[in-house]
Amino acid sequence: MIINHPLLGPRDSAEFTYLGDASLLNRPDPDTATPKDWHDYAYLRDNPAGLHRELWFHEGGDRSWLVVTRNTVTHEITKVELARDVARGLASDVAGMGTKRSGG
Amino acid sequence: MRYSGFKVIKEALTGHKGWRPAWRDPEPQSHYDIVIIGGGGHGLATAHYLAKIFGQKRIAVLEKGWIGGGNVGRNTTIIRSNYLLDGNEPFYEFSLKLWEGLEQDLNYNAMVSQRGIMNLIHSDAQRDAYIRRGNAMILNGADAEYMDADQIRKEYPFLNFDDARFPIKGGLAQRRGGTVRHDAVAWGYARSADSHGVDILQNCEVTGFRIENGKCLGVETSRGFIGAGRVGCAVAGSSGRLMSKAGMRLPIESHVLQAFVSEGLKPILPGVITFGAGHFYVSQSDKGGLVFGGDIDGYNSYAQRGNLPVVEDVCEGGMALMPMIGRARLLRMWGGIMDMSMDGSPIIDRTHIDGLYFNGGWCYGGFKATPASGYAFAHLLARDIPHPTATAYRFDRFETGHMIDEKGMGNQPNLH
Amino acid sequence: MADHGTNHGTHHRTHGQINRLSGGQIDRNKPLSFTFDGKTFQGYHGDTLASALLANGVRLMGRSFKYHRPRGPLTAGSEEPNAIVALRSGAYQEPNTRATTAELFDGLEATSQNRWPSLAFDAMAINDRFSNFLTAGFYYKTFMWPAAFWEKIYEPIIRKAAGLGALTGSADPDVYDKGFRHCDLLVVGAGPSGLMAARTAAEAGFEVIIADEDFRFGGRLNSEHEFIGDQAGADWAASQVAHLGTFSNVRVMSRTTVIGTFDHGIYGAVERVTDHLRTSAEGQPRQILWRIYAKHTVLCAGATERPIAFNNNDRPGVMLAGAMRSYANRWGVSAARDAVIFTSNDDGHRTAADLHRQGVAIAAVVDTRADAPSAHEYAVIAGTTVTDTRGRLGLNAVQVTDATGHSRWLKAGSLGVSGGWNPNVHLTSHQGARPVWNDALNAFVPSPSLPPHMSVAGAAAGMLSTHGALHSGVDAACKALEIDPRTLPALPKADDRPVTQSAFWCVQGSERAWLDQQNDVTVKDVKLSHQEGFRAVEHLKRYTTLGMATDQGKTSNMGGLAVMAELTGQPIADVGTTMFRPPYTPTAIGVLAGRSRGKDFHPVRLTPSHYWAKERGAVFVEVGNWLRAQWFPIEGETHWRQSVDREVLATRSSVGVCDCTTLGKIDVQGTDAAVFLNKVYCNGFAKLAVGRTRYGLMLREDGIAMDDGTAARLAEDHFVVTTTTANAGKVYQHMEFVRQCLCPDLDVQLISTTESWAQYAIAGPNARALLQKVVDAEFDISNDAFPFMACGAITVCGGLRARLFRISFSGELAFELAVPARYGDAMMRRLMDEGEEFNVTPYGTEALGVMRIEKGHAAGNELNGTTTAQNLGLGRMVSKAKDSIGSKLSERVGLNTEDGLRLVGLRPLNPKDKITAGGHVMSAEGPVNAAHDQGYVTSAAYSPTLGNMIGLAFIKSGSERIGDRMRLVSPLTKTSVEVEVVSPHFVDPEGERQRA
Repeated sequence: MIINHPLLGPRDSAEFTYLGDASLLNRPDPDTATPKDWHDYAYLRDNPAGLHRELWFHEGGDRSWLVVTRNTVTHEITKVELARDVARGLASDVAGMGTKRSGG
Repeated sequence: MRYSGFKVIKEALTGHKGWRPAWRDPEPQSHYDIVIIGGGGHGLATAHYLAKIFGQKRIAVLEKGWIGGGNVGRNTTIIRSNYLLDGNEPFYEFSLKLWEGLEQDLNYNAMVSQRGIMNLIHSDAQRDAYIRRGNAMILNGADAEYMDADQIRKEYPFLNFDDARFPIKGGLAQRRGGTVRHDAVAWGYARSADSHGVDILQNCEVTGFRIENGKCLGVETSRGFIGAGRVGCAVAGSSGRLMSKAGMRLPIESHVLQAFVSEGLKPILPGVITFGAGHFYVSQSDKGGLVFGGDIDGYNSYAQRGNLPVVEDVCEGGMALMPMIGRARLLRMWGGIMDMSMDGSPIIDRTHIDGLYFNGGWCYGGFKATPASGYAFAHLLARDIPHPTATAYRFDRFETGHMIDEKGMGNQPNLH
Repeated sequence: MADHGTNHGTHHRTHGQINRLSGGQIDRNKPLSFTFDGKTFQGYHGDTLASALLANGVRLMGRSFKYHRPRGPLTAGSEEPNAIVALRSGAYQEPNTRATTAELFDGLEATSQNRWPSLAFDAMAINDRFSNFLTAGFYYKTFMWPAAFWEKIYEPIIRKAAGLGALTGSADPDVYDKGFRHCDLLVVGAGPSGLMAARTAAEAGFEVIIADEDFRFGGRLNSEHEFIGDQAGADWAASQVAHLGTFSNVRVMSRTTVIGTFDHGIYGAVERVTDHLRTSAEGQPRQILWRIYAKHTVLCAGATERPIAFNNNDRPGVMLAGAMRSYANRWGVSAARDAVIFTSNDDGHRTAADLHRQGVAIAAVVDTRADAPSAHEYAVIAGTTVTDTRGRLGLNAVQVTDATGHSRWLKAGSLGVSGGWNPNVHLTSHQGARPVWNDALNAFVPSPSLPPHMSVAGAAAGMLSTHGALHSGVDAACKALEIDPRTLPALPKADDRPVTQSAFWCVQGSERAWLDQQNDVTVKDVKLSHQEGFRAVEHLKRYTTLGMATDQGKTSNMGGLAVMAELTGQPIADVGTTMFRPPYTPTAIGVLAGRSRGKDFHPVRLTPSHYWAKERGAVFVEVGNWLRAQWFPIEGETHWRQSVDREVLATRSSVGVCDCTTLGKIDVQGTDAAVFLNKVYCNGFAKLAVGRTRYGLMLREDGIAMDDGTAARLAEDHFVVTTTTANAGKVYQHMEFVRQCLCPDLDVQLISTTESWAQYAIAGPNARALLQKVVDAEFDISNDAFPFMACGAITVCGGLRARLFRISFSGELAFELAVPARYGDAMMRRLMDEGEEFNVTPYGTEALGVMRIEKGHAAGNELNGTTTAQNLGLGRMVSKAKDSIGSKLSERVGLNTEDGLRLVGLRPLNPKDKITAGGHVMSAEGPVNAAHDQGYVTSAAYSPTLGNMIGLAFIKSGSERIGDRMRLVSPLTKTSVEVEVVSPHFVDPEGERQRA
């Protein structure tokens, strides 16, 4: 597969390692989350047959974490974003992402 | 109709007129006591044991395509019970014992071949871990044997003992492990289940569950609604897709595992070999093909195909371990979809929906589990309590912290 | 006709090449000598092994898999099921090689396979007599009683019969390589459509790769007697290749098979570099695996002719009619001097015409169609079929039966069969698309949902005329690359006769009519499969083994499918087709591995002191990809334990030095560095003072211990984190995840500096004294100024920047000194020189391990991915005052049970007894089984300090069982010893030495 890195252009996926569903960006708020929230975050997955937003780490490259939108049936990649940008977007939406500047 | 050598001879002499279909092709009834979704190894085995051992009647197996077309038809055929953890080892040993009596039970020769399996050791830490595992196997009543490098060299002279990057320092053998003709497992269970009255419904895809007041009443299918007292799902690889129709999210990701077979070669491998320092395992089929595989590709996929990097990685492992295979040719490669669970271990459990039961999360170890999985699932469906060897395979183990993590990789399915 | 007839050769140089005709694209000035089964023959440059053997009157080249039927070539290409031989000898022997694609070279050695004692007389051919018993799937129905007989008797017999060729058991002596190529357009196949596609793209200035499995470009043009413009087809092809060669933007790859279509325009291709040579130059690879990144691809893979099933259609001399034409036109060869053609379409008539032109007697053209075209030169029998053949080791007569059922025998040594052509759609379906049925062609054509950026041209797309091929090649290139076709020159004139194909698969009443010739699957087997309910395509394939042989069903699947369709009364399109999967043709495992074998299987990482250690005679051990010194034997030591014991004792009594560079090092900088570490470590880091180091434990988010190490605060905004060797990469990735994905707004940066700094542990009572000799005078490293867990940036050896950490894995007074990696070797030598007065001792990983076990420090064996901080006895480190990764999920009940595992020490009651790592711990009395398992030993070592073996173990409620007697069993290694549970801190439990 080829991942079109937003900073570096097209790169062979062999340069990356894979983590899983990009929902891992949505870490529960430690102050308010219930044990069930933690369980669901850590263990449950949508696992769709179709579009999947997922985390890839450019280990053999610039060490960026990327959010790749890929179809799990065709493997077609339609979007690649820096995970940090995505996380920042979330951070402004979700309170208490564990950072002192969240929402700022 | 019983199969036997005598029957084969009789038919040969009388023009093979007497052979009948191995299973019927019945029309769906409107209601069954138990509906199994998934005509793979596990679903068919479940039906067989439900009918034959647990005395259940009015059972149907629903298969969206043709039976045996999922992972039972696309694996590397290995059976073994060389597990470490208490939650696993008794179950897999139970499975191995069922394999040992399978052909007589089914009246079908699935070519269960206990040629032995060898896990190679390449470091001291690996040796410590394998000794712990071998001991766990023995303490659970299974067989295990530690072999030093010299013994291994005697049995496997063609391994790389000359210039190995990771020298072979020993191995953990299980002599009762081996291989089985995988397609025949599906067919044998299907034929036996059919002979005990189970309706096997091919080309019958489940499109939804009818759930009212928290109870599952049956399934919508491509051949109409089928009512059921209890519904058991055994569709590993597609578990996520199926259970989402019941509104469930699972502790499972679907991943592709590639497998490979070489051209037919005269027998040279005595048993199954697992390379402990590379991602490679291999056996030789009765037809002569080297059957081998390695790691999953590592990304979520439902595509039943993989990519070149893993093909190359697996062949690199093969050449590092057995440099004689360089001139053998890879004949075919294929991909199967695995239910990769969050701790690498399966689930056989009730769901939160009354009357709906789940069997899945087999990662890439489902084939060897087929008999015990079917037996344990049948036990659960028939008696509503888990089989004693499968009590750990609960949905809620992730909430309670009772993970069964053989590899110690945590909640990252592609590492198991 | 016998296989060794009289010499009909027309030229004195043909030397026994009794079936060599005139013409062909062979070089008669380059005769080649080769052997088959030890007998020497002559052929020509440009021959394949099959064409050369046929020229010599040899039709028998192999035996079938199951019935050991005599077989000759069915085809002239890579789809060959029958003419399969072992090529070369010794370690170079290459089993299951298709004689139809093996290029002849001088001195080629080939041997027939799957026969005993000889190819002409094969004892296993007895199977053919028992074929009625050995039907499809017979083995599933028998060999079950008694149960034990399967492995002991039945299976060994079956296995002995398995396989065709054999591996030698020797390592493959050849070298293989890998490479990467990029292009705008990849053209797969160099027949008329491929050549036109490549030319069109090349002339428009695009980067083009054109690849073909053959050693001669041109595809069917080399096999046909036809003209393009005013040139013979083969000459036109050669001129096109020459033209392509003038473009710097075109790469022409012959002998290169594109084996698979992968995601996003990536193709695997195997180039056979030296397979056509007797020997290769030193270091020259036998084959190369190319990973081709193509923006667009045109598949021009041609078509494969399909046979017709009739009784005994498998004798040597029975061939596909198109193959017969190839042999005659391309190689100037015929299988015999007389031939019958059996065809269901016009294509068979082309073979008859070409053979007749070449002087082969055409006994008859047998055409299934009542309206078959007639011919002047030979008889055409319309509305007739071939119903049987004769000839034990080769064809000598053909039975022809007309519509009324009247039969007669025609004498002939060869029979050409043509059932039409199937487009080679394989690469279009590697990503899951199934080909679709075309009623006009009576064949499957590529699915409209092709892999992205692929198009198909020529016969592969169902364009079976030469004109259609040329036109579609141009068209495909224009569409893919947006070239305006109006700018292109007119196409040369070529054969544009309409091509029709009938659906004639199997002669009525056939039983022992072969569909899959290699695996011996007959029409009868398909009927049995149907009778027993194995009717789905995949069931048919798996039950009968149809299409599973080394030819991958290229000539057999269609026929089997058609017979099943007829039996079920369905159209073929509804029966479906099996999936095509890579590789397109069988591919040497060696080339897929490339150079990653032997010592080069994985890269080797060397530590900065490696060469110094090698000079000292160190024994090395693989630790992941690292090579580390395991121990340093000195003169007189004959056993590793002697060396290790000495290293431990010397370190504990004076000073030892160990290279610990392999530990992961991560530089953490930024104003939020402390906040960040507070997040990733379960224990607190916010208040760590500058100049101090702290032991840290990282959890995974699931609450299980991931790794441990130290974090040293060199400045307010600067930490240096260490990880275990094994987890260096994983921890770095995890920290980047936390930084980028969970805490994206923190001001913190990470970089791995593992390779940047050489790091040495200097341990023992004289550690400070030794260090003082190298640390520059302005830095005070006294206990007061630089106490236990201090850290700082210093200089050594007169201004060399360095970092010093007062941390101790051995439990001794110890430091870790880091210098830039390029000074690592010199630093080690300097420490050895300066340490001479203290009898400084280098120690390896074994002594390191012994000392950490003596101290009860956890390492990889304890941090095994299933253990919690609680298990490790570090439960109190998990801070409740803050949120850190894993802290919440570590609170789950199952991870906090009363009888949970705790890390303890074990010592044998009898000091001579062995503690076995991996042993399980049982109560002193009571049964020994899994139900009574109390825990397991993670690490064990002989402690020279204590004089007996010791171990670390996880035991249920272990911390409450200190002092208990228990039993340590290892049934695997057949030991059982009595042990006492003790504190894991065997040496200096109060930690006084490290604070000294």
